[in-house]
Amino acid sequence: MTALMDFFLVFTQPQLLLLVGLGTFAGVYVGAIPGLSVTMAVSILISFTFSWDVYPAISLMIGIYMGGVYGGSRTAILLNIPGAPSAIATALDGYPMAQRGEAGTAIGVTTVMSFFGGFIGIGVLALAAPFVSDFALRFQPRDYMLLAILGILLVGSLSQGSLLKGIFAGALGIAIGAVGRDPLTFTERFTFDLQLLNGGISFIAVMIGMFGVSEALLQLHHVNKDAVRQKISRIVPSLATVKKHLPLSIQTSSIGVIIGALPGTGGDIAALMAYDHAKRVTKNPERPFGDGAMEGLVAPETANNAAVGGAFIPMMTLGIPGDAVTAIMIGALFIHGLNPGPMLMIEQPDMFWFIVGCLVTANVFMLIFGLTGIKLFTKIVEMPRSVLIPLIMLLSIVGAFAVNNAITDVYWMLGFGVFGYFMRHYGYPLGPVILGVILSRLLDDNWRRAIISEREELGRFFWGIVTSPLSLTLFVAVILVFVSQTPVWRWGKSKLFKES
Amino acid sequence: MQIEPEHHDGTSDATPGGEADKRRPGELLFAIFLTVASLYLVWDAWGIENSFGPNGLSSPRSIPLATTVVMVISGALVLLKTARLPLDRTETVMKDILPWTVILFAGLLMAYGMALKTIGFLPVSAVFLVVAIKVLSRRSWAWAISIALAALVMIWLIFRIVFSVLMPAGIMPEAELVQFFRSLFSGGAE
Repeated sequence: MTALMDFFLVFTQPQLLLLVGLGTFAGVYVGAIPGLSVTMAVSILISFTFSWDVYPAISLMIGIYMGGVYGGSRTAILLNIPGAPSAIATALDGYPMAQRGEAGTAIGVTTVMSFFGGFIGIGVLALAAPFVSDFALRFQPRDYMLLAILGILLVGSLSQGSLLKGIFAGALGIAIGAVGRDPLTFTERFTFDLQLLNGGISFIAVMIGMFGVSEALLQLHHVNKDAVRQKISRIVPSLATVKKHLPLSIQTSSIGVIIGALPGTGGDIAALMAYDHAKRVTKNPERPFGDGAMEGLVAPETANNAAVGGAFIPMMTLGIPGDAVTAIMIGALFIHGLNPGPMLMIEQPDMFWFIVGCLVTANVFMLIFGLTGIKLFTKIVEMPRSVLIPLIMLLSIVGAFAVNNAITDVYWMLGFGVFGYFMRHYGYPLGPVILGVILSRLLDDNWRRAIISEREELGRFFWGIVTSPLSLTLFVAVILVFVSQTPVWRWGKSKLFKES
Repeated sequence: MQIEPEHHDGTSDATPGGEADKRRPGELLFAIFLTVASLYLVWDAWGIENSFGPNGLSSPRSIPLATTVVMVISGALVLLKTARLPLDRTETVMKDILPWTVILFAGLLMAYGMALKTIGFLPVSAVFLVVAIKVLSRRSWAWAISIALAALVMIWLIFRIVFSVLMPAGIMPEAELVQFFRSLFSGGAE
């Protein structure tokens, strides 16, 4: 009964309802405007809402997150530019549809299917999270340590392709997170005798620099390119169209939830896998895949929105983010005094059910905003980059300063922005850096707890891993993820296939 | 004109340009920098002394040391791989990596950061936005100034009034301005 009341809290308070609506509306545009990303928007937003009460702040951020995941599909269809990584697969068939003058139909189907996928994801979150959380209470410190390593490794290896660069980025993030005085012994680490480093580096400054400033600097390469314009007709899809694709959408939503729930995999991978699944199971599409097949829109859009609910499962129950956006969401929860992990469900179940309520509300708002206001949308998306880029830079500076009212944070943010710009140019993924910064404390604390409990003996530590089924599973997963990305694995695989 | 999606997909982790089997201009130098910086960090991590006991596996040194060693190994392997790749002759540093606009904007941002505290948010932001929009849009000064000022007023109203973000006032009488706007909005109620 209490859970139900917490779930409905957002519906009963007009202020919260307004904030979720506002967030979703803004998220749709943030996700859609090329050059703005949800990761960037949420990271900048944290700095402005950290002084707010936790409920309004979370309402706004969840709205932006949910709207942003959907918004990416709009520009994928209209401009052939996915506004978010999760909309890459949407562009494959959405843009050909738009070129044939069916942009309205494509947007309508995308919206309804995103709504459908979103609901399945949230439903699974509500049902599964309490069980996962109960299970997670059995986790030992070494399991948390292994889980943190697994999360960083997965994001590093999946986001860009180069495992080595991903590992470097993840390790760099952990090192940045270790800067300052050690909270247990008060020992200075990586402070280089500089007073200003004693308190550590604000992860918000790192985040805004890497995702805000570096993106804005990168956009300077494309400042003179204009957007193409599409004619948009009827948006609301017919009931027959929705019914026809319902079986496929249930299958791809399930893919989305499962992929989203795995640490390190998010909406982008879910969408690509769902697209691949649709290609295999659709026998006679009305149009071939890649040339405007409706199934090519339904599959990725249901999957990436279902993945949002899925991604919240490890985030809320284990405190392990799946990707850069959920890492930032964890940061936001930390800032508001919440501690995502198994204890959250025990100590603050109200917050969990409130978040589920916000997700449901945001999903409904997404449907409303998705099917209306298309004229306003095309106007905003066509905002010239010559205005957009300086505004992103200005917002990044204001955001970095606002957290601690410290000018040093602005300098850090600018420094990481320039560094992130070069990292992107040379193919180093940024997601693992942020994950590393956020998970640094979890990794450090749990390693030390685990090794102290084993009387500082590595042999006992590894024996503990081997004799615990859970630790062993996680350890094997870490090794597998690592080895599967190495040339040894590829060599072994090619040899095996040759022989067979 | 159509935006080329292969060059920018709007995502945060997008790798702009470049080919997987070729080395981009400056990439080797960046890899060397990362490896050398990682080596320095290993040395620094080795110097972390536990204030309350021996430097064992549970000491504050262990994770920083392990992490920086991982950085050195992965950084060095990336360096070796990068050095083996042929240089992409179709790209140049000035055209594809560091064009003048990026250098100019990095400089502008640094100048903005340095002037923010002393001169204040409003005047520094106004100058930054006007210069930035003028340079990027290549349109008239009047257009750049009007767009910049309109955007700045919007940002200031939203963040100063709605979000209550305190930015450095510098030479601007910001408190009086806030009071003016507050009394303007509450005027009808009184």
